[in-house]
Amino acid sequence: MPTEQTLFGGNGRKDDLSYEGVRVLDPTEGIDETLDLTVEAGVITKIEPGLGGDGRIVAPAFVDPHVHLRTPGREDEEDIASGTKAAAAGGYCAILAMPNTEPAVDSAAVLGALVERAKDEAEIPVGFFAAISKGQDGAELTEMVELAERGAAGFTDDGRPVASPGLLRRALQYHAVTGRRIAVHCEEAALSRGGHVHEGLVSAELGFGGYPSVAESVMVGRDLMLAAYENQPIHVLHLSARESVDELRSARSAGVKASGEVTPHHLCLTDEAVRSLDPNVKMNPPLRAEEDRQALLDALKDGTIEAIATDHAPHARHEKDVPFEEAPFGVTGLETAFSVLYTRLVEPGTLSLAALIDRMSAGPARIYGLERPRIAVGAPANLVVLDLERTWRVEESGFRSRSPNSWLLGQTLKGKVVETVANGKLVHSA
Amino acid sequence: MAEVTPLIRDELLPPRGPGRRHLISIRDLTKDDVERLLALARTFSASLDREVKKLPALKGRTVVNMFFESSTRTSSSFELAAKRLSADVMSIKASGSAVDKGESLKDTALTIGAYDPDVIVLRHPHIGAPQVIADVTTAHVVNAGDGTHQHPTQALLDLYTIDEELGGIAGLHVAIVGDVLHSRVARSDIQALVLMGARVTVVGPPPLIPRGIEAMGCDVSYDIETIKDADVVYVLRMQKERMLEGANYVPSLREYTARWGVTPERLRPGQKVMHPGPMNRGVEIDPVVADAADALIERQVRSGLVVRMAVLYDLLTHGPVEVKVAEIEAVA
Repeated sequence: MPTEQTLFGGNGRKDDLSYEGVRVLDPTEGIDETLDLTVEAGVITKIEPGLGGDGRIVAPAFVDPHVHLRTPGREDEEDIASGTKAAAAGGYCAILAMPNTEPAVDSAAVLGALVERAKDEAEIPVGFFAAISKGQDGAELTEMVELAERGAAGFTDDGRPVASPGLLRRALQYHAVTGRRIAVHCEEAALSRGGHVHEGLVSAELGFGGYPSVAESVMVGRDLMLAAYENQPIHVLHLSARESVDELRSARSAGVKASGEVTPHHLCLTDEAVRSLDPNVKMNPPLRAEEDRQALLDALKDGTIEAIATDHAPHARHEKDVPFEEAPFGVTGLETAFSVLYTRLVEPGTLSLAALIDRMSAGPARIYGLERPRIAVGAPANLVVLDLERTWRVEESGFRSRSPNSWLLGQTLKGKVVETVANGKLVHSA
Repeated sequence: MAEVTPLIRDELLPPRGPGRRHLISIRDLTKDDVERLLALARTFSASLDREVKKLPALKGRTVVNMFFESSTRTSSSFELAAKRLSADVMSIKASGSAVDKGESLKDTALTIGAYDPDVIVLRHPHIGAPQVIADVTTAHVVNAGDGTHQHPTQALLDLYTIDEELGGIAGLHVAIVGDVLHSRVARSDIQALVLMGARVTVVGPPPLIPRGIEAMGCDVSYDIETIKDADVVYVLRMQKERMLEGANYVPSLREYTARWGVTPERLRPGQKVMHPGPMNRGVEIDPVVADAADALIERQVRSGLVVRMAVLYDLLTHGPVEVKVAEIEAVA
């Protein structure tokens, strides 16, 4: 049987901490009141009625189920230390790293080496996805049982679709043994080929090769049908199109064990943003139309989409410092996710703070079977302290991440993560 | 610190406009801007009839042409336009330059930018390249074609040609025929023609008409017969080099030509025919049509020169402030 442990590193020190008269908000535990919290040796030991309140909020820390740590192979863009420090600054107590590295995480040897590095270098606990196919080339299945035994947090060929329905079917069949979630990047390459931005009014006007919504939704539909047929759970990565949301919603209502995630940029931006021709709004899947953004928001609110994932994708400066059409896909997000979602969605009243916290914390933890960060006596301290009144300017010099490709550079955001406690250790204080 | 005496006193330098302006997309222009540029081009056109064609208007200015994609008419037109205005001109091509050694566009721009050129004219295969130049240099940037995005001076010269030939633009019907999907000329022309009050219909096979193009204010037809209704038939080149292999935009050139080729039979007498060049004779345009008296193709080239003179002059003078036409006459 596979090991239970899928998060590694970030251990070590266990802190004693106390928070007096703070608003404690744990939507899943049903807590929203002013309390005194005590953490001893990294464990929550006391929760008592408190007085006053200085405006700070203590909530369960966040879990990011979709991060590119670029390790091994592109440590110039990100490594385990810098990526987990960035995550700590963003309020995360755990992150899951994607396997599209150089080499890909497709063998026990590569995974084992990462786990060892994480134990030394990770600021917060980190889990590693393993690839579905060797080299992520879509041909041969990886040794999924062994990878699960070595602690793979899930399986995905993210960055690429699993083109062959036969191969995905096999992976789903092995889920019955591994119990580790299969996560799919849904893209029909025959439809997205040559596409740089969403196929729509903006691409028609600007002349970009279009990446149509149907390139995503046709694969979401196919993959959900396979999961239904095999009666195994499946997770759909970075949803972007309203048709994909419809597919997920109807599959869930038909009883398919399907989950989905959405990124902060797909919740905040539309393809209108690409008129700037700023390579930092180029990502895969692309920013889509306002109707798509609204559908994603609705699905996030009603729980069809359970998780917010940054798809933090660091790129070296020189690789993004090129004409839009030449630039690689991907933007960073770990250090800005909470603040931008608070500023753009919670503050204007579009989304409740409780829902945001749930989708950034309990939601992703549930999908991947991770221990849910929670505020309860006896629970390990996985806490985030939020100052909702604090405004700050996103600047390259402030990033812990090694790569500056944020779409928010120069913008002022409201709401800041001022403290993060991950697995009992204070990992960030601002 | 020692006082540095400038070699040339400021008041002897040509006037600098307020802020730095670029011409990257037709979308950047207002109707007034276009009318001003066309009027200026007409003024320059008159000067070309003189025995001495050179004007001292941009003396002391430096124009750098950076052409990273093959070009005959646009590069020669910009070079001559700058020379006719007495600017110093330098031309850089991708082949034979440091681009061959893998230099990035940003570094090439920084290198050229170190000479403080006043204008950089850029032709590049990728959308967004002019922005890179604008970000890292202090020059005015003129987009001479960036991938499938925009080719604004082509649209201006097309407007100028139509205006000269038909005595106005507003109210005309222009049919743009062919590979609209890959055409920066079509995008710039649709915007420019709609801005000036013309009616535009794009015509071609469905895969070569971008989904959603109607939002730019044009009509769409898949039927070649609709060109009969137009005052001007604007024929686009089949851009085979931009088509992905195996994409099946058209099953064959034979099928395309049979259904959408512009032939004498598909035109009615008196219709004007335009083409941005280079032409694939016998593919999108019948040679008889290309050589007919109603074809304005060489007129377009001639218009290109005066329109580009107007663009360079406008960017380097006070621009939106009224152009001092009389002054140009005087110096000439």
